[in-house]
Amino acid sequence: MTTVDKSKVPWWVSNLIVPLVNLILALFVSGLFIFIAGENPYEAVRLIIYGSFGYIEGFAYTLYYTTNFIFTGLAFAVAFHCRLFNIGGEGQAYIGGLGVFLVAINFSFLPVPIVWLLAVAGAVVFGATWAFIPAYLQATRGSHVVITTIMFNFIAASLMVFLLVDVIRDTTQMGPHTIALPEEQWFPSFEDFAALLGIKIRYSPLNISFLLAIAASVFVWFLVWKTRWGYEMRAVGHNTQAAIYAGISPYKNIIIAMCISGGLAGLLGVNEILGVHHKIVAGFPAGYGFTGIAVALMGRNHPIGIFPAAFLFGILYQGGSEVTFDMPNITRYMFVAVQGVIILFSGALENLFRPQIENFFVNRLNLKAKA
Amino acid sequence: MVSPILELTNINKSFGHVHANKNINLTINKGTIHGIIGENGAGKSTLMSIVFGLYQANSGTIKVNGNEINLRSPKDSIINGIGMVHQHFMLVENFTVLENIILGFEGELVFGKNLEKAKKDLKNLCDTYKLNIDLNSTISDLSVGFRQRVEILKSLYRGAEILILDEPTGVLTPQEVDELFKILRSLKEEGKTIVLITHKLIEIMDLTSEVSVMRQGEMVGHTKTENTNKEQLAEMMVGRSVLLRLDKSEVKTGDVIFKVENLTVKDDLDVTRVKKVNLEIRSGEILGLAGVTGNGQTELLEALSGIRKVESGEIYLEGKKVSDNQNFLDPRELKEKGLAHVPEDRQRMGLVTDFKAYENLIFGYHDQQPFSKSSILNHRDIISHSKKIMEEYDVRPQSPNLITSNFSGGNQQKIILSRELNEKPKVLLVGQPTRGVDIGAIEFIHQRLIDMRDKGAAILLVSVELDEVLSLSDRIVVMFDGKIVGEKENKNVTDRELGLLMAGVV
Repeated sequence: MTTVDKSKVPWWVSNLIVPLVNLILALFVSGLFIFIAGENPYEAVRLIIYGSFGYIEGFAYTLYYTTNFIFTGLAFAVAFHCRLFNIGGEGQAYIGGLGVFLVAINFSFLPVPIVWLLAVAGAVVFGATWAFIPAYLQATRGSHVVITTIMFNFIAASLMVFLLVDVIRDTTQMGPHTIALPEEQWFPSFEDFAALLGIKIRYSPLNISFLLAIAASVFVWFLVWKTRWGYEMRAVGHNTQAAIYAGISPYKNIIIAMCISGGLAGLLGVNEILGVHHKIVAGFPAGYGFTGIAVALMGRNHPIGIFPAAFLFGILYQGGSEVTFDMPNITRYMFVAVQGVIILFSGALENLFRPQIENFFVNRLNLKAKA
Repeated sequence: MVSPILELTNINKSFGHVHANKNINLTINKGTIHGIIGENGAGKSTLMSIVFGLYQANSGTIKVNGNEINLRSPKDSIINGIGMVHQHFMLVENFTVLENIILGFEGELVFGKNLEKAKKDLKNLCDTYKLNIDLNSTISDLSVGFRQRVEILKSLYRGAEILILDEPTGVLTPQEVDELFKILRSLKEEGKTIVLITHKLIEIMDLTSEVSVMRQGEMVGHTKTENTNKEQLAEMMVGRSVLLRLDKSEVKTGDVIFKVENLTVKDDLDVTRVKKVNLEIRSGEILGLAGVTGNGQTELLEALSGIRKVESGEIYLEGKKVSDNQNFLDPRELKEKGLAHVPEDRQRMGLVTDFKAYENLIFGYHDQQPFSKSSILNHRDIISHSKKIMEEYDVRPQSPNLITSNFSGGNQQKIILSRELNEKPKVLLVGQPTRGVDIGAIEFIHQRLIDMRDKGAAILLVSVELDEVLSLSDRIVVMFDGKIVGEKENKNVTDRELGLLMAGVV
């Protein structure tokens, strides 16, 4: 085995070059898939890039997906720093959306900016509440959060279907969704801003929630690395025994970490309800909660890594739909496979080429130093 | 005539920039017990891992019985008759002794003939070397001493002629050590060669016929054991003469500031581990608590520091009751009241090894000013504080941003000690302060503890190293089976007396 002196490896090699090589490899393997499916991989790449960057609406779609992945990625990352595998982002986002809607519809007599603040708070509180129950069971009874959170995804889905069919359904319509929120409460969208500048563009779901996602990233960074809470959460995550020794309560921190995680997942509801649908539609979390796990792992659970990872998945979602539209042999599931390959290479096989690449650069730097 | 069975020539091994073995030459003669001694981090274990095929040397040659061999994996070593008993046993807990030994050497799909033959061979080996092992007992039912014997038996069964033992006595009771030494001697009589890696001088003097000393990755001396003595070996190990006995001033004790009455504590499995213990510690004294590992010391320390619940009895700090069955202070509240705790197991409890050094230097005090204000960590103050105390306690390297697991054992211990002593505690609970710490650091740590005592702290020292208890304590209590079985002033007590108490004989 080759051992590399870690301290001599430049940061940009481990944090930029290695992920980039993994990504290129993943794309190469994905290209093979597309080739086997009978389409031209170069053309597919061109379509992905065109679809996600090539025109303004496409790029807006990319950023819209990125927004959702940032929320769910951050949610997973926060819990993970306390070594809790919160795979319940999907359900927490769903219930978070309920919070957004209930707050917005019931406080519609208040000024709109205040309703927005309350709705964001509602998303956080509802998402956190949904995470609290598994957290409590984990902290007091040792019921593993992986099991309980995934069960809570199903419970959330069933509960929401029940509510959307029997309780809060828009009775004038056939589908399982609520009535729309008053139009003044809708989040300003990207095309509204463009219109202000006198540029007319077509519809895209991108809205000011994107800024909320950036703010949430800063919040998570500050929380985890700059506050006593983050410090204690990490201590519990890395070494529970030591935490107890230092007087840090694992019980309290498990619950705090899970609730913050659930709250962040709930923010996805803000994007979807206030920004896009303006009502609750059945199944709106659409798997973002699960993809967020991959985003967080790829981004090494750090906001600075989560942002590009979320953006990459945004490109794949948006570019992928462009490809499936233009290439009849490529189905939507093909792109699920592509995502899988990327997760495989940048997550599971992350260390496949790391030693060789790091060695290469260390040797080169040594040569330079000698010369 | 003695003939070399194992010859190492110019062995070099580096891990990154750490040169763990530098041009090592070593000759081990057939049928001897050869000691390899050195501080922690001197490169002993690395060298033996190379011989056992776990690591590959960067350069150098290895000869067994005069033939140069190429060791790429432990399998190659086993073929060449080299066996190793590791510090941490490599046994499957829920398998029987027999199943563990034949693991990987089953030789047949459905157990039958080979198994019967293995049983017979193993019985013969057990008889020859008086190992006294029941092949059908499950590993989890066996004591540490017996598990070690299983490891020895495993190596012998696989045809080991050279048996390497890495710090074999670290986990054993004195009685088990005696048994082990008997076995090792009988192995030697049957013509096996034994390599004993240790940092305990007394074992070298007792057991070996030849000894090699390592220091900082180099072989600094070979000698016949009969031509040397403990002091000389210690000097070779650290490269200067060490004080094995500490200079310490007469004790000037003050009031009783820490008192334990009728304390009973249960462990996680609901077994009573501490039984009606009474203790009193005065300011300015070190109370040594001696005892073989597992006699309730761990649970006692955990209860006193607020980690474990008190079953019955009371704990008093400066005359005020701090803990009983109903009300108890948590570790942080006790810290605020001036009780510091250096836990027995630094990696499991004292440190978060994945944290950076500065994060560990405030661990447990992180919510206090100036480290944090309204829940926000004050990075600048933490770093400057860390730099200061790392210098004061000679933690090397002095980099607060380094991940803690990259520090050596001794320096990790200094990180904990500096953190706990820096708060000038009134009561200090110390568990195994020098376990796995090299001699230079041991001296430093002992001196710091004495300084604390002289400044008026009440110190409870829990250690399984009898030498340590004897050299530091003013008063010694012995714990056996959860009870205090004896108390002695540390003036005319002998280690023999204490040994008998520790064994529960008296």
